[in-house]
Amino acid sequence: MFLETKSLSKKFGGLTAVNNVDFTVEKGKINAIIGPNGAGKSTFFNLISGFHPPSSGSIILKGQDITRLPPNKIAEMGIARTFQTTNLFEQSTVLDNVVVGHRLRTKSNLLDAVLRTKRLKREEEQCREKALEVIRFTGLEKVAGKLVGSLTQEEKKRTAFALALATEPEIVFLDEPAAGVNPDETEGLAQLMKKMVDKGITVCLIEHKMQMIMKLADKIMVLNYGEKIAEGTAEEIQNDPAVIKAYLGGSASA
Amino acid sequence: MEILVQQLFNGLTIGSVYALVALGLTLVYGILHIPNFAHGALYMMGGYITLMMMVQYGLHYWLAILVSVIVVGLIGVLMERLVFYPLRHAPPIHDKIAAIGILLFLEAFAQFIWGADYQTMPTPYGQVVQLFGLTFTMQRLLIIIAAIAVMVLLYLFLKKTFTGASIIAMSQDRDGANLVGINTNRVAMLTFLISGGLAAIASSLAAPINLVFPGMGQLVILKAFVIIILGGMGSIPGAIIGGYILGFSESLGATYISNDYKDIIAFILLVVILSVKPTGLFAKGGH
Amino acid sequence: MAKIINKRFIIPVLILFAIVFPFVTQNDYFIHVMTLSFIWMIGVYGLNLLAGYTGYLSLAHAGFFAVGAYSLGLLTVKAQMNFWLAFVLALIITSVLGFLIGLIALRTKEHFFAIYTLCVGYILYLIIDKWDSLTEGVRGLIGIPAPGNIGPISFETPLSQYYLVLAILLVVILIIYRIVHSLTGRTYIAIRNSEDLAQTIGISTMKNKLEVFVLSTFFAGLSGALYASFIRFIGPDIGNIVITFDLLTYLLIGGIGTLSGPIVGTVLVVWISQQLQFLQDYRMLIFGPILTLLVIFYPRGIAGSIAGWNVKRAEKKIAKAQQDERFSQSPISAENQVKEG
Repeated sequence: MFLETKSLSKKFGGLTAVNNVDFTVEKGKINAIIGPNGAGKSTFFNLISGFHPPSSGSIILKGQDITRLPPNKIAEMGIARTFQTTNLFEQSTVLDNVVVGHRLRTKSNLLDAVLRTKRLKREEEQCREKALEVIRFTGLEKVAGKLVGSLTQEEKKRTAFALALATEPEIVFLDEPAAGVNPDETEGLAQLMKKMVDKGITVCLIEHKMQMIMKLADKIMVLNYGEKIAEGTAEEIQNDPAVIKAYLGGSASA
Repeated sequence: MEILVQQLFNGLTIGSVYALVALGLTLVYGILHIPNFAHGALYMMGGYITLMMMVQYGLHYWLAILVSVIVVGLIGVLMERLVFYPLRHAPPIHDKIAAIGILLFLEAFAQFIWGADYQTMPTPYGQVVQLFGLTFTMQRLLIIIAAIAVMVLLYLFLKKTFTGASIIAMSQDRDGANLVGINTNRVAMLTFLISGGLAAIASSLAAPINLVFPGMGQLVILKAFVIIILGGMGSIPGAIIGGYILGFSESLGATYISNDYKDIIAFILLVVILSVKPTGLFAKGGH
Repeated sequence: MAKIINKRFIIPVLILFAIVFPFVTQNDYFIHVMTLSFIWMIGVYGLNLLAGYTGYLSLAHAGFFAVGAYSLGLLTVKAQMNFWLAFVLALIITSVLGFLIGLIALRTKEHFFAIYTLCVGYILYLIIDKWDSLTEGVRGLIGIPAPGNIGPISFETPLSQYYLVLAILLVVILIIYRIVHSLTGRTYIAIRNSEDLAQTIGISTMKNKLEVFVLSTFFAGLSGALYASFIRFIGPDIGNIVITFDLLTYLLIGGIGTLSGPIVGTVLVVWISQQLQFLQDYRMLIFGPILTLLVIFYPRGIAGSIAGWNVKRAEKKIAKAQQDERFSQSPISAENQVKEG
């Protein structure tokens, strides 16, 4: 098992956002979570990345219980994520935005900064190299020196990917990576996700764009009202009566 | 025993004033999610305008208050239009700084026009009344009655009129309110009008038993913040109950603990609350 | 790039100017005013690190300034302690207090943090004002000694104090410069930008925020201790919220979140205020609206706006070079701080 959730639940007040979800993320694959609006997909992500403590259940990464860890520790363990809104610093360049992504792999502290120690210089160089590497990987070389505020939506998404990759994750969770991006660019982002998997990074995404998911994902989980109603390959999902009833409304390719 | 009853009565008086100020603050917070640091300056302006109307123009106390309510209400509307509206999409740090700028300006303005001296406001209700063995001035009784009357009127306005209902709707869900056709700009202006008016009433009522001076709003606004955190930011009943809780704790604290440190009670209360619950009591959901 | 050459050139010129300034003016009053601005600058830098780079608007800084000043004052006047020992202790006291308050205050965010610190500032002020037996209350604390001798150098004259404060200021600026331009500084900026995002890239936000908060109060305390030894008399008013607003005004006008902002803003405002002495009591008639207008139209102040224009120009150059129509719109401006939805 790579990453799995065991009867994971989250209640907000009286509302159950995520209900008893057992899910395994398969290593080296593209995993997708789909479901109608308000199905609890984002909450599920927030539970795994440590933003909300689950009400019950557990999250296991490579045999280790990470259920109660804070988000920064979870990131250190190799889980990265992006947000629906990219949250980037718009007044700063792509490179500057991405450099800090590697911060968690460095050790220099305030004193190093004040004294400009060798360690700091070495680690700054290390962060820069990592940033350039992921910028190249995500195809942002041309805009690396531009302010994020002047980028297109697709370039911003790529920057958010780059930032996540700079943390050297084993698995990335992408929250609606293709939202607000046109079809051609969506295809480009899908290629990028495949490239990540080829590089050995496991991908798990939430997405509304059905065609993209059905083509891209190796494994799909369907959430509805916080509950898992189906899990399997694209083909299995498309033929699952519960899914058709709850979500696809009869037509398999929405 | 008598001291206790007397202090409870005093608490009721101070609490009434606090509740009115906190109501204005909480209404604005509910609608725009702005902690209006300039609210204390509105309170101060209210005191001065009432005083000026009475002393310079010889208006009757109630008429002077009416003028004050209108003027301060309009200052509130101006503030919303000129400052908070342009800043509605700015980072959260900006509206606070802008509000502080307004506060500084209005205080300096008051000092420039009316001087830095402490002034007393005359009242037609200065007579001393004996009731149930208690001694108090009519003015104090008046504060309580008038404040409660204002709160009842506000309640009726918010619950029984369409405009009032739209304020409530907008404080619950701004985007939703927009969708159902509520003119959010108009509601925001109206809220500032009411908020300013409430501040003016509060200071005009309290001024005869306190004093009028440029910094008179500082402590009151700080306490109003404590109150709305106590009662839940944006909550109307919370502001009223919180106001009275603080009023009572202060008057009792002044008697039984220390008069010197009574002003600290509110802040210690707040520090304790936020230490235990960083998003305040009765916070709506997690952000 | 032209900007860097500019910077390399400007910094030594400014330092040189500060060094020769007393000889140029020969005017004790001007030296006094300049020393005072340097002292304020240190406090403004502290506030900048927290509000400007980390995004937490603290309204308690006058309180910490006063704690620094009163610690030094009480330790030298009442405890008769050696000046420099008292000085170091004053800094430690302020930082420890900052640590304790930060531990709780930083659990709150945005509005709550501002209100919380506003109240903390007020409590500090009230304690200083009311605790007569310790602080002498409204009478104030008189007879604080000037900085003690360091070896053969004494600091009794305005000129020597000027250089002492300047030296400390330069060290402070160097420290801040290095922090801001390091991974640590990037970490703070990431927190300002989005705390959620910062956490997901593995940054312990609480630890970093506490670090900045303590550092920030340390500089406020340093500023206060220097103030006490320079003015030699302190009253509770230095802890008043008005002082926090003054610091904020300097910072906002100069440029919040910029390195040169505190220098530009403080020098400008202090000098204008001194020139307009008759306006002393009413200076907020002018600075209040300026503060408000600035956050609406130039939220990054003077230094930030100039930097913004530089970036714009550089962008335009790139755009021209690339001959790409899309870039020439240059949508970067100082006001463009709204995150994409």
